[in-house]
Amino acid sequence: MVRVTSRPDETVGGARPATGASPAPDAAGLGRARAAGFLVPSMVLILLFLVVPAAWTIYLGVTNYRLTGLAAAHPEVVGLDNYTKALTDERFRTSLLLTLQFVLGSAVLGQAGLGFAIAFALRDRRGPLRRVVEAFILLSWILPSSVVAFLWIALLDRDAGTLNALLGTPGMAWLLDHPMLSIIVFNTWRGTAFSMMLYAAALENVPRSHLETARLAGASTWQQLRDVVFPRIRGHVLTNLLLISLWTFNDFTPFLITAGGPEQRSEILAVYVYKVALSGGELGFGAAISFIMLLINLVIALIYLRMLGRRERA
Amino acid sequence: MSADLAKEARTDLAARAAVRHLLARVGRYVFLCLVLAFFALPLLWLATAPFDDTPTIGTSLPRFTLDNFRTLLDNPYALTSLVNSVWLAGGTAVLVVVFAALAAYALSRVRVPGRDALLYGLLLLSSIVTGTATMVPLFELAFRLNLIDSRLGVILVLTGGLLPAAIFILKDFMDATPTSYEESARVFGASALQIMRHIVVPVVRPGLATVGVWAVANVWGNFLVPFLLLRGPDKAPAAVIMYTLYTEGGQADLRLLSTFSLLYSLPVALMFVFVSSRYGFRFHGGIKR
Repeated sequence: MVRVTSRPDETVGGARPATGASPAPDAAGLGRARAAGFLVPSMVLILLFLVVPAAWTIYLGVTNYRLTGLAAAHPEVVGLDNYTKALTDERFRTSLLLTLQFVLGSAVLGQAGLGFAIAFALRDRRGPLRRVVEAFILLSWILPSSVVAFLWIALLDRDAGTLNALLGTPGMAWLLDHPMLSIIVFNTWRGTAFSMMLYAAALENVPRSHLETARLAGASTWQQLRDVVFPRIRGHVLTNLLLISLWTFNDFTPFLITAGGPEQRSEILAVYVYKVALSGGELGFGAAISFIMLLINLVIALIYLRMLGRRERA
Repeated sequence: MSADLAKEARTDLAARAAVRHLLARVGRYVFLCLVLAFFALPLLWLATAPFDDTPTIGTSLPRFTLDNFRTLLDNPYALTSLVNSVWLAGGTAVLVVVFAALAAYALSRVRVPGRDALLYGLLLLSSIVTGTATMVPLFELAFRLNLIDSRLGVILVLTGGLLPAAIFILKDFMDATPTSYEESARVFGASALQIMRHIVVPVVRPGLATVGVWAVANVWGNFLVPFLLLRGPDKAPAAVIMYTLYTEGGQADLRLLSTFSLLYSLPVALMFVFVSSRYGFRFHGGIKR
């Protein structure tokens, strides 16, 4: 699987855990000691830059650590204060709610919905139209995020933006008046490629004769989807939804477009943490919120692994 | 009489089916055109503005010129930032490919105790611990290890993040490779390292290339890690410089911005063309079921 760019600071979580039987053990005569040696460099880096930060988040989250000032030199353990502060903080709750909107709107409805619709519309098409449509969708996925962020700022520009020129709505300030809608549509545009490709592969598993039979029996498109297609691709849908939810939940790209503004109206959690911890210097409080994010990630990933395991046993 | 009726009903039904079929076709065509417009619209600016002698924020037919590209040479950070990106992407890709290949081979061929638990743990970890959720401790860690404002720091952090997935992808490749070559080489007295170098690496080369391309593409577009860890503009990669070009210092220079965007996007676009022409850019049948 080639997953080119887009959400760069995330990794492909979807690779199947290939824990089944491996080929004949140790054909090259590597030996256990050398095998362990082969594992060391990877394990050290993973330990240092994934495990330690995750553990450290827990520790920092119970301190009043700050970037500057007195608490920077002598951080004190403040227990669960950061968490109670977060849970009662209006700004945090708003941010959580905005993140939920962002995930539901741009990942579940936007990317998965549109991705499936496109894959279904293209399913038995060959030729130039399919290639051109796919090329543009993939391009929007692989271009660097700071470039596409500016392309969208330009598109939505109040005075001379292309969108206002096309719609005949000069002076419409999309990013100021509808910041959430803007980043939801943006993220749909940005990430649909992954869902489209996944569903295109899934639809190849649906026998064409079954669809043909259903169509001849007079089933509408919706009935065909419900009774013939969905039962066969349920696993793909599940994988897709959980992966894109995870990626969207952690996406930092909206920062490049709205930076959370105006007035924190598009401040999703990823942006909120950055602002609180690194711009505002409240590292301890930021870490507590990071930990809440990690817990949410963990829940999503565990649901995914459980369902994956159930499917493999079935 | 009834036979006539039945015939009429059947032709009626057939006609209705034909109309519905036609409508569905038209509907699908319209839908695809709208999709095309939605995805192409934001990208048009990238194709027109760099070649327009008076680029604006909107998209318009350019009055063709190549002069805009001269602004790249005048800006002190534009070209160096691309070189920085090459260093970061290249360094990370080499580390990821080498380390992941070693680990994946060991995990594929030797029964390391606790292997399955390790693989499951890595899978879980790689999907929940992301740069965004751990930016505070990553910043702290880099600070303590003296890796703030250091390219090596960015490379190591990115490598750590990409390794679990890379190991997974490569272990799949290694598992799919028959061990008979390795066995016969061993019969002829080759050492383990010789077998690695002359047999395993050439056989899994497509897998190594896949992971390498994937790592380069990830790092090339990554904004957050260098934005967090690097201070001055002299070490910043193109992702960060691009952002500063349109957020800092008043009126953005659209000549510079458009040509820089194009130049910065070109490598990933070319990589995409290369990969899709060579391997076909889609998931195949059974993946991710």
